[in-house]
Amino acid sequence: MSLTPPSIPLRAVLVAALCGPCAAHAVDLRSPDSFDAVANKTERSRALFVEAGKVIQSPRCLNCHPVGERPAQGTDMHPHSPWVVRGADDKGAIGMRCATCHQSTNFEASGVPGHPLWHVAPKSMAWQHRSLAQICAQLKDTRRNGGKSLAQIHDHMANDSLVGWAWSPGGGREPAPGTQAQFGALIGAWIETGAACPR
Amino acid sequence: MSVSIHVNGQSREVDADPATPLLWVIREDLGLTGTKYGCGIAQCGACTVHVDGETLRSCSAPLSAVAGRKVVTIEGVSSPAAQAVKKAWVELDVVQCGYCQSGQIMSATTLLEKKPKPSDEDIDRAMAGNICRCGTYQRIRAAIHAASRQLT
Repeated sequence: MSLTPPSIPLRAVLVAALCGPCAAHAVDLRSPDSFDAVANKTERSRALFVEAGKVIQSPRCLNCHPVGERPAQGTDMHPHSPWVVRGADDKGAIGMRCATCHQSTNFEASGVPGHPLWHVAPKSMAWQHRSLAQICAQLKDTRRNGGKSLAQIHDHMANDSLVGWAWSPGGGREPAPGTQAQFGALIGAWIETGAACPR
Repeated sequence: MSVSIHVNGQSREVDADPATPLLWVIREDLGLTGTKYGCGIAQCGACTVHVDGETLRSCSAPLSAVAGRKVVTIEGVSSPAAQAVKKAWVELDVVQCGYCQSGQIMSATTLLEKKPKPSDEDIDRAMAGNICRCGTYQRIRAAIHAASRQLT
């Protein structure tokens, strides 16, 4: 038997069902110095975090910071298909690991995204359905952020390569706003101005 | 280009682009047609193989992903768990049309290799990515429990 790809209409339906509105669409981020006009340092810090929140609350990040057991997918953040759970190590269940489908790079032939460290964020770092103020408090709480200092949080946001996947998601997915460098600069400036959280 | 791949205990050379989906290589280049093409986008599980003892959807992994790793297909799977699964599959007459069943057996085998006495929840979680258009799910679950009893 020869392998024949699904007909184009079937494939289109499957892809549409999986990624929802998939068209790549770049959204810009403001630079930290564009907030210099905000005289009050605490208010400036809050404003910087709100800008960084465009990334934090983008589907590329929220999908794998789930509340509960199941990640989401797509710009519309529908439940992950196939049905998967975080498992004991946040890398899936026995027999249904993240790496069962997600390889070390995005795989354009199937449209499945990939990274060597593919996993969901721990439960204590759940962001879905939470306000930006709640996420901000969570980020600074060492009991919930994996014991990270603010400097380590900055390093994670600015340099972690799995975080960086959000700007190179492949498969026609909409990337997170701006660039990882711009995002890192915003988080750095937020910390320098006191790491104030939105009200 | 020539690429070396370790499949079912043997090292094989194939002339393929490293970006080729592993499933294509398994079926077209190696002639191992027990592994099935279902959806091509890691949604159905028909193409499941083992790589270093873990399940992998071969439609969604490039040939380069298995360099230096051990691939086992339905033709080569032979662990005690695999033998118990195959026996239970026959005894409970699990298969209807059969198209998805090699993938089902590969996932069930991995589950039992790692957890010889799985709960219903363990089975649901491990098998959630293997779709059966004939709806044999209840027989699959019963057969996994039956295989478990053979192993424990």
